[in-house]
Amino acid sequence: MSAGTQRAGYAFYLLIGVGFGIVMLKSGAASWFRIYEMFSFESFHMYGIIGSALAVGFAGVQLIRRGVLRGFDGSRIAITDKAPGWRRYLFGGTLFGLGWGIAGACPGPIYVLIGAGYLPVVVVLASALLGTFAYGLLRERLPH
Amino acid sequence: METLASPWPWYVAGPLIGLTMLALLLSGATFGMSGNLRTLCAIGGAGKAAEFFRFDWRAQRWNLALAIGAAFGGAVAYALLDGGAAVPLNPATVQRLEGYGIASATSAYLPAELFGAEAWTSPMALATLAVGGFLIGFGTRYAGGCTSGHAITGLSAGQVPSLIAVVGFFAGGLLSTHLVLPHLLPALSEAVSFVLETTAQ
Repeated sequence: MSAGTQRAGYAFYLLIGVGFGIVMLKSGAASWFRIYEMFSFESFHMYGIIGSALAVGFAGVQLIRRGVLRGFDGSRIAITDKAPGWRRYLFGGTLFGLGWGIAGACPGPIYVLIGAGYLPVVVVLASALLGTFAYGLLRERLPH
Repeated sequence: METLASPWPWYVAGPLIGLTMLALLLSGATFGMSGNLRTLCAIGGAGKAAEFFRFDWRAQRWNLALAIGAAFGGAVAYALLDGGAAVPLNPATVQRLEGYGIASATSAYLPAELFGAEAWTSPMALATLAVGGFLIGFGTRYAGGCTSGHAITGLSAGQVPSLIAVVGFFAGGLLSTHLVLPHLLPALSEAVSFVLETTAQ
């Protein structure tokens, strides 16, 4: 979404990933049970996570837009808009949600759980790759 | 260490996820955990089959580093911070799951019926994981992002398309949870215990 200027080194992304993985596992956001509980509206926990992440993210984006927060290389970060439209977002989003509700893991947690040693999640990853490939094949014929 | 090893509350985890997204923005990248699926397809040669995978994936290697890091983080949290401990769920949720035959809600981080070693011996468990994964991969690319790209990054930046995507995420999740799982989970639990009993004999 941002016009990528000079990107940080791979070590930076590895490190951010490690922190993200720990947060996902320890907060329960990578737990099938927590996702099931969220969609059953029986706990505030996941809504609290998403809501407070959004609050921090929103505040940061305001600072970035005002040029108060700048990129690590000192450049201004341009936040580009998502392509307009609604079909791809609604249809794609709903298909994603169906899978999220069944497998109980979105793409980030898939990697976190494999790292934690829950090996059957490899089946989810392999099928997600297949799904991505299928989308690539059908892309021209789908409403966007 | 002891505090870190207990389940982290939402008001610690949420802001940390927000900061993760901001750190990625400031580095010149964007927070997205599903873009790497397209990158992996491209590396695997999918560009021969579809235009969608013909792009400069070398410029996207950072998102693989992020995913590899996330796996490391999972390993660290599991090994050092009791990451495999059961999650403190609402007792009503636990009770309903037990009614479906999912008995591991108070003892495991993930349902054993789907993610335990016994899942490998149950075609039904494997099929469930495969269908879920396929929908995740297909849907996230169709929608142009997943929970991190739309629900966190896009909504933070006030993007209407992301709001529509998130409405879709929840519509789909609610359909699965309330219409599919009440039928799927009992069948799954039966199939897995059948396999376990047969192998025990």
